Amino acid sequence: MSKYYIYQDTKRCIGCFSCESHCKTKNNLPVGPRLTQIIPVGPKKINNLPRMSYVFMPCFHCQEPWCVAACPTGAMQKRPKDGIVFVDDTLCVGCKACITACPWGTPQWNPDTGKAVKCDYCMDRVDQGLDPACVTKCITKCLHFGDPAKKAQSKRDRHAKKVADFE
Amino acid sequence: MKESVYSICGMCTVRCPVKVEVEDGVVKWIEGNPNDPGMAGRLCAKGSAGLAMLYDYERPQHPMIREGKRGEGKWKKASWDEALDYIADKLQAIIKKYGAKAIALSDRGGPFRDIHRSFLRAIGSPNYYNHDCTCARNVQHAALSLFGSGRKTFNYDYGSCKHLVLYGRNVFESLRVKQAGNIMNMLDCGGKITYIDPRAAGTAMKATRYWAIRPGTDYALNLGIIHTVLRDKLYDAEFVNQWVLGLKELESFVVPYTPEWAAGETGIPANEIVEFANEIAADRPAVIFHPGWMVARYSDSFYSIRSSYILNALMGAFEAPGGLFFQKGPGDVGAKGLKSLLDTIPKPEEMRVDGCGWKHKHFEAGPGLLHLLYPAILSEDPYPVKAYIAFRHDPLLSLPDPEAQKKAFDKLDLLVAIDANYSETSWYADVLLPSATYLEKSSVLTTGKGLKPSFGLRKQAVEPRNDAKPDWWIFKSLAERLGAGEYFKFKDMEAFWEWQLEDTGVTVSDLEKKGFVALTDKPVWWNRLKDLKFKTPSKKIEFVSSRLEASGIESFKPYASPQKPDEGYYRLAFGRSPVHTHGRTQNNPVLSEIMPVNQLWLNDEEAKKLGVANGEQVRVTSADGSHSGTINVYVTEFIHPESVFMVHGFGRKVPWQTRGYNKGLGDYRFETGLLGVYDPVGGANSLMECFVKVEKEENA
Repeated sequence: MSKYYIYQDTKRCIGCFSCESHCKTKNNLPVGPRLTQIIPVGPKKINNLPRMSYVFMPCFHCQEPWCVAACPTGAMQKRPKDGIVFVDDTLCVGCKACITACPWGTPQWNPDTGKAVKCDYCMDRVDQGLDPACVTKCITKCLHFGDPAKKAQSKRDRHAKKVADFE
Repeated sequence: MKESVYSICGMCTVRCPVKVEVEDGVVKWIEGNPNDPGMAGRLCAKGSAGLAMLYDYERPQHPMIREGKRGEGKWKKASWDEALDYIADKLQAIIKKYGAKAIALSDRGGPFRDIHRSFLRAIGSPNYYNHDCTCARNVQHAALSLFGSGRKTFNYDYGSCKHLVLYGRNVFESLRVKQAGNIMNMLDCGGKITYIDPRAAGTAMKATRYWAIRPGTDYALNLGIIHTVLRDKLYDAEFVNQWVLGLKELESFVVPYTPEWAAGETGIPANEIVEFANEIAADRPAVIFHPGWMVARYSDSFYSIRSSYILNALMGAFEAPGGLFFQKGPGDVGAKGLKSLLDTIPKPEEMRVDGCGWKHKHFEAGPGLLHLLYPAILSEDPYPVKAYIAFRHDPLLSLPDPEAQKKAFDKLDLLVAIDANYSETSWYADVLLPSATYLEKSSVLTTGKGLKPSFGLRKQAVEPRNDAKPDWWIFKSLAERLGAGEYFKFKDMEAFWEWQLEDTGVTVSDLEKKGFVALTDKPVWWNRLKDLKFKTPSKKIEFVSSRLEASGIESFKPYASPQKPDEGYYRLAFGRSPVHTHGRTQNNPVLSEIMPVNQLWLNDEEAKKLGVANGEQVRVTSADGSHSGTINVYVTEFIHPESVFMVHGFGRKVPWQTRGYNKGLGDYRFETGLLGVYDPVGGANSLMECFVKVEKEENA
């Protein structure tokens, strides 16, 4: 697992698809590849109210990535310093092994280059101390980038406030 | 070379402040202006897709003059001189024969109007229009009838609101970036949203109460709520005694409209209405009954909106944190405002051709009512109109019934479209002028009113692509050709800014630092029991309206139940998706990928009756049978059985837009016979007085 994490605060997510547009334009991608995607599920009636789930699907940047293991040319790599999984465009031969290997459909096909392309957490931005495009421009700030441990803490804090009992 | 340019987004009419990163003359990145705490980088899908619009090759690239019949799609490429000379010659002939009043122009409103409104005024025509008859005219007129000033007098303090009440105002899909963020913060702080809509739109998914109201009965619901509030003395007596005129009249008017009666009309249980009224009263004055924005919907929308404003007054929600506040301008903080070119040009003496402000005194003259232009063109009463310029406005897909509109257009000697997109109207025009996108042009400086008034900057980020030109240059060049150049002596926008700022003490370089200049440090709140500035003759909130009564119009209209559709027919509703701007982005490479086509929402029980399953094709036919098309159906329990719904703006007919061409259906084409149907008091089109037949498509 990379040392980073994009945490989606589903309570604040409104399913506006902005993250997809931010990603697409930042990476200058043609029609076809979607490095992250919001998949809406629902609506369903929960406690008599309509509720929708907007599932945010970037790359998980796994500890032992299926895509890296499957790549025959070494194009798909895990960055040693922080675990970001990315494709080196110059080494990719377009064999699509990564697309086959990934259990979550993360690597995408770029028809313009004939190569694979995937979410790299906007590595160039991360290296400048910035957040990925999807996080930076999220309308409701439901996406958070950073340390998974801190996110777990903020969830606990919120839950604690909710259940706090002042007897 | 890398640079950052502050600008104002032009992808929709919200116009969010943005920062644009440019590298060697190419835009690489757009984000919400980080200097504005409400934006802090935030941007919607359309905002980022401005990049895709800028670099799209399927946008008008050079001036074009029609060669074939109108709408046939045969064009001649023209130079700017050729195209402008062509337009100027035609306009001059029209002016000679009919006078300048025979020229009409429409836009989409907003803060960037000074140059083109000045153009129209300088050549001598009073016939300026905007899109508002299909948008907020009913809201505007409802506000005028109560407060003596328009809807923009107020804005909403969402962040501190305790209970936000929305009648189809779909805040999480018809997006305003700052507003959506603020409302989400409000929910996080325990605020409530009551969302009222025959369809569970995106906002319903986050609401704390959702009422699937019977279509067209919002007014009945409000009457039931007002009845309860007055009967049970749940209103803010201190505020009402101070500011309201006509409480007694309202009280006697609502006597018959009990919550039980409202339940029968709306389908919302009476006990829930009463419970809601009590909840609201407990949270006042930090409550907002949103009067709506785009409410060109029913023929009684005016009274429905008016009753929402009345509820705000009963709750004392004006100038209260968490309620509605007066938007303050430069003058309210002791600052001088920007100069306006329009103010330097004498008003034409001619009366508006649509009768607004004189024949129809209850309709504000301002932008008039565009739907009334069509009968005037056809009848030449009170005088002929022979030229129409549509500037970044597409009446053929925003007003109802394009075929009926074309009959009026066919009587024109000249139809010009100025646009950065191929609009449906541009395809029917005689001349299409490609205007630069917002990223390729500077615009007039803007005044932002609010708790902290400010000036804003839209600065050109890159050179126009192809042969596009900024609109200020187009109108200046036309004015010069028509002998009105004396008002357009400025060399460019930078020179115009200097002139706009002359009295203010603010400089262009001040604006360039952050993209805006705030005219005060602290938010300005007035004392809500002493200092409110209502512009009515009485200086009060007029429940009994002097403005309406002067035109012989009743302040309280008895409720009339909306028509129920016949078997197999449904009321056609339309609305927004978060990724498209009305009809302007269906061909955008990024946005069309996220949402390429619309669907027809259909109630699940009705779908059973029609024998259609989710995802199947249905045929939709207009009430008069003249228009028909097929579409995929989305079968759901989350829409009222009397309604069907589609996202607006699809079903495009400009073949040069390959991504949007013929995808899905356009609600506007089914609104046959509705061009002349409008709210008689509010003035806006009654776009949802529209019934369509839905059948299973057997040949699919």
